[in-house]
Amino acid sequence: MKTPFIALTAIALATSASAAGEGPTVDAARVDKTVASSFTNLPEGWDDRLKQDEAQRICSETRNQPSEAQAEKIVEAEKSKVQMPADGKVVGDWKAGEKVAQNGRGFQFSDPAGTEAGGNCYACHQLDPKETSYGTLGPSLKGYGKAFKFSEEAAKATYAKIYDAQAVLACSNMPRFGSNHVLTEKQIKDVTAYLFDPQSPVNK
Amino acid sequence: MRSKAIGVAFLGVAAIALSLGLTGLGSAQDGVNSNSSTSAAEIERYRKMIDDPMANPGFLNVDRGEALWSEARGEKNVSLETCDLGEGPGVLDGAYAKLPRYFKDADQVMDLEQRLLWCMEKIQAFDTKPIRAKPFSGPGRGSDMEDLVAFIANKSSGMKIEAQLAYPKEKELYEIGEALFFRRSAVMDFSCATCHGAANKRIRTTDLPQFDVPNKSAQASMGSWPTYRVSQSATRTMQHRLWDCYRQMRMPAPGYGSEAVTAITLYLNKSAEGGELKVPSIKR
Repeated sequence: MKTPFIALTAIALATSASAAGEGPTVDAARVDKTVASSFTNLPEGWDDRLKQDEAQRICSETRNQPSEAQAEKIVEAEKSKVQMPADGKVVGDWKAGEKVAQNGRGFQFSDPAGTEAGGNCYACHQLDPKETSYGTLGPSLKGYGKAFKFSEEAAKATYAKIYDAQAVLACSNMPRFGSNHVLTEKQIKDVTAYLFDPQSPVNK
Repeated sequence: MRSKAIGVAFLGVAAIALSLGLTGLGSAQDGVNSNSSTSAAEIERYRKMIDDPMANPGFLNVDRGEALWSEARGEKNVSLETCDLGEGPGVLDGAYAKLPRYFKDADQVMDLEQRLLWCMEKIQAFDTKPIRAKPFSGPGRGSDMEDLVAFIANKSSGMKIEAQLAYPKEKELYEIGEALFFRRSAVMDFSCATCHGAANKRIRTTDLPQFDVPNKSAQASMGSWPTYRVSQSATRTMQHRLWDCYRQMRMPAPGYGSEAVTAITLYLNKSAEGGELKVPSIKR
């Protein structure tokens, strides 16, 4: 699948090659010891939150500046996790997607069991230009679908990006919402619609 | 020293000012017609409005902490007045500005809250288990630790933050703190650096201090804790701030007085080195 993110990936790789991370100065086992002794009050099933997968480990050790080889390895591994919808449709209901974009709950130790998780897109991105409460950690996505001429191909690439940002860009700051089971297939379709539906306020 | 009478008398004024401030902020966020610059200006106006030490309920914690410090407690029925916070037994002035630091008697780097627990146990034979289980105040429940920290930190107000890195164990813990700062984990892949690794970023409308390099935003942030949180109606310490950060990172709660929290605090202090403490402060 061709994606509009290929150019972005190339830029990121060039940056990482020129700015090698300083790397850790303390033994990883010593840090793990601190983590194990400091986080002892674990809700049931939370053990995995303390462990790092390969992408998390590499991105932590390299301060999000993986070598070219490390970046390729991460992107390949994450690509294999992306599951496109079986029905082939990636654009859902933009109104439901707006709720997912606004919702910052889920997976916190303060959330009651069964809390539906949101994508919390507004924490980091501008979307609907009328929404004044938006973060700036990620780029503005105002007029996103319109900028891509509402193309089916770009919508599919966006679904994949939300599903697993590191399948596109290794060590991206963006969560891997699908691969890490934060959002459901339907929620990702709805957020994709919030970005790609011509009726969505994002494109107004 | 601020007297209790002043603290109480000005609390009423504080309540009025705070409710006005909240109203202003609420209208800015709710109004679809307001643009982001209006919103930012409103937040700045609100900040200035509440940033009045004479109307800061955090000074009530300072008063309570002063009383607690000299109160005979624990099995040994003695006060904390012989506790060495790093500057010598009973010396409070400037102690907080140099914490966390290495303590030879404990052979450990400790932040203020760890050190207070240590003194309670060793000097007073005070049972700290209930504190460790519920360290933070909640509705209808105070916190001895919030009171003591407010009192002791206030004795460093006006002084500059000095990160302690002379002892090998301080250097080691700093490096652990640095590693933890960049350590990505849990379902959202977040590390401290995700939000605090670049300049002039925001979450929603909240400005984020940067901590991966020494800079003014780090100084201003670390110089403002402990702080009275209007939204929580409580004075919060750095232990609570980092506990809340890990909550937002979708990590489990770090233990109160755990090594991870002290390690990160030491790392943050290094980025905030030279920043002036103005505590307890007051914020949203």
